[in-house]
Amino acid sequence: MPEESSYSYEEKTHAAFGGAPIDTGNPRVLAWLIRRHGLEMTHLSRGSHIGAIFSLAEIMATLYTGVLNVNPADPAMPERDRLILSKGHAGAAVYAALAERGFFPVEELKTHYANGSRLSGHVSHKGVPGVEFSTGSLGHGLPAAAGMALGAKKDHASWRVYCVLGDGECDEGAVWEAALQARQFALDNLIVVVDFNRMQSLDFCENTLSLEPFADKWRSFGWRAIEADGHDVDALRAAFDEAKGNLGGGQPTVVIAKTVKGKGVSFMENNILWHYRTPQGEEYEAALKELEAQRP
Amino acid sequence: MRDAFVRALMREAARDPRLTLITGDLGFGVLKPFWETYPDQFVNAGIAEQSMTGLAAGLSRTGRTVLTYSIGNFPTLRCIEQIRNDCAYHEANVKIVCVGGGLVYGSLGMSHHATEDMAILRALPGVTVFTPGDPLEVEAVVPEMLRTPGTCYLRLSRGGEPVLHDAPIENWRVPQALTLRRGADVALLSAGGILTQTMSAADMLAEKGISAEVVSFPCIKPIDAERILDLAGRFRHLVAVEEHNTVGGFGSAVAEVLAENGCGCRLHRIGMPDRYSSIVGTQQYLRGVYEMDDCAICRRTLEWLDP
Repeated sequence: MPEESSYSYEEKTHAAFGGAPIDTGNPRVLAWLIRRHGLEMTHLSRGSHIGAIFSLAEIMATLYTGVLNVNPADPAMPERDRLILSKGHAGAAVYAALAERGFFPVEELKTHYANGSRLSGHVSHKGVPGVEFSTGSLGHGLPAAAGMALGAKKDHASWRVYCVLGDGECDEGAVWEAALQARQFALDNLIVVVDFNRMQSLDFCENTLSLEPFADKWRSFGWRAIEADGHDVDALRAAFDEAKGNLGGGQPTVVIAKTVKGKGVSFMENNILWHYRTPQGEEYEAALKELEAQRP
Repeated sequence: MRDAFVRALMREAARDPRLTLITGDLGFGVLKPFWETYPDQFVNAGIAEQSMTGLAAGLSRTGRTVLTYSIGNFPTLRCIEQIRNDCAYHEANVKIVCVGGGLVYGSLGMSHHATEDMAILRALPGVTVFTPGDPLEVEAVVPEMLRTPGTCYLRLSRGGEPVLHDAPIENWRVPQALTLRRGADVALLSAGGILTQTMSAADMLAEKGISAEVVSFPCIKPIDAERILDLAGRFRHLVAVEEHNTVGGFGSAVAEVLAENGCGCRLHRIGMPDRYSSIVGTQQYLRGVYEMDDCAICRRTLEWLDP
C-alpha cells in the first residue's frame, strides 16, 4: 500500500502543513487535525465510527482550546475541569485532541485498536493521561459526570464537569434518570454537550425513536438548553461561554450542537454506512484529498 | 442486621466526614437516623438505580467512600452494567448495600427475591462480596468493608435477626471464616442470614447424636480457602448452606476450592434449587418449601451422612 511509507505517523498526519508550525490552540486547526487523525486511525486499525469522530471534531476542538481548564503537564491537577465522553465509540476524537494538545505523543495514535495498545476503540482512562472515565456502553457517562459534579458542589470547588453525549444515546433511560438528578441536585457546574447529528446506528433518530422536541425535553427537565451550530467553533465557544455563566443558577446546561455525521468528507456525510465502514483504498485516498483541501 | 448496619455506618460516618450514603429512595424507618444526623453525607437518588450507581462512581472519584443502598435486586441486578463498567472497572470506592438478600421479601413475590446476587457479583473482577450471618458479623464487616479498596458488595438479610456469636468479633479481616461451634461428624458451612437456620439445624443434629461444626463465611469473595481445606481435611461431609441459587454462589465457591485442591470429601449444597419461586409465603415458609430451613438442613444432612 503506497500510503504506508517510511514517514512516521506524526510526519504523515502533519504533512499537509508542509513543515510550518502547527497552532493546535486554534480550534479550526485542532478540528482539522482531529479529522485527519480520525481518518488515519480508522484506516490503520480498520476500525469503525469515523462518522461519529468527524461529527465531534469542532466540539472536541473547541473544548480543548480554552474552554476546558486542563493542563497536559499536570493531567491530574485537582482543580482541572472533567470531561467524560459518554459516546465512547468516538474515542479517537478525544485521543487525537489530547495527543495534539500535549497529553501524550502524537505518534502513539497509530496504536489505536492495536494489540497491546492502551488506546482501545471505546475510550479508556487506564493509563491514558487526560481521560477521566472509560465508556463504551451508552448511557453511562452522564450519571458519572453528575456524580463528579455533585462532589465538586459538596467541596465548594470551582471546576466544572463536561459530558458529551450522542443524540441516539439519549434513547437510554439512564440519561434521563441522571438529567432528573442533576437538576434536583442543582448541578449548575455540569455542562452536557449533545452531538446532535440526527443519526444513530441503523437509521435517522426520527425514524428510530424520535427525540424531538429535543431542546424542550431538556428544558422540561429543568435544564437550560442552548442550541448551536456544532461545526462553527465561534458559535460553540459562545455557547460554552454562556453555559459557564450559569454558576449559582442551580440549573445544569445542555449545549445541543447541530452536527452532520461524517462531516468533512462528502461521501461520508449523512451516510449511515460510515458509522461502520473503515476507510481503505480509493475511499481513503478520496477522503484524504477532501480533508487536505480543507486544511486551515 | 440492617439496624446493626446503620449503627456501624453511623460510627464510620462520624470518623469520615467524606463518607456518603446514597439511597435509591428506600430505607424508610431504617436510614432516618443517618440522614437526620449526617444530612450532608446523605443523598436520595430517587427510584433510579442505574443512575444512582453511575452517580456513586463519579462521586467516589472526588475522594469519597460512597455507599449505594436499596433492597432486593434493585442495587445489583437492576444496574449490573453500571456496577461492572463504572464501579468495578474503575476500581471505584463504591460499596453496594442490599437489604433483603435471599427470600426476605418472600410474600412480595419473585421480583423481590434476591437469589442470584452472590453469583453475579462474585463474577465481577475486583469486587469483594460480604455475606455476614448475624448482627455481630455485620458490625465486624462494615468497618473492614470501608477499609477495603475498590468496589464491594454487602448482602444483608433484614431486621430483627438474633445475635448468634457469643461475643463481639474483634479484628475481623477479609476473608476470615468464623467458627460458631466445633463438631466432629459433619461441617455446616453457611453464608449470610441463613446462619440462623444452620445454627438451629446443628442443635437438631445434636439431639440426634450428630456433632456438627458450624462455620460462617462473612466474605465469599475472596473466600477463606484455608479454612475450607482445614474442614475438608477433618470431615468427610461438608454442607454448604445459602439462601441463594445453588448455581454460582457460596456452594459453588466452596466447590471450586475443593475441586482445585483435589479434596476427597463430599460437598452437599443447600439453597434454591435453580428455580424461581412463584409460591406465596414468608421467608421462613419459603425456606421450608425449598428445603433450606433448619428442619430440612437437619434432615438432609442426616440422609447424606447415612445413605
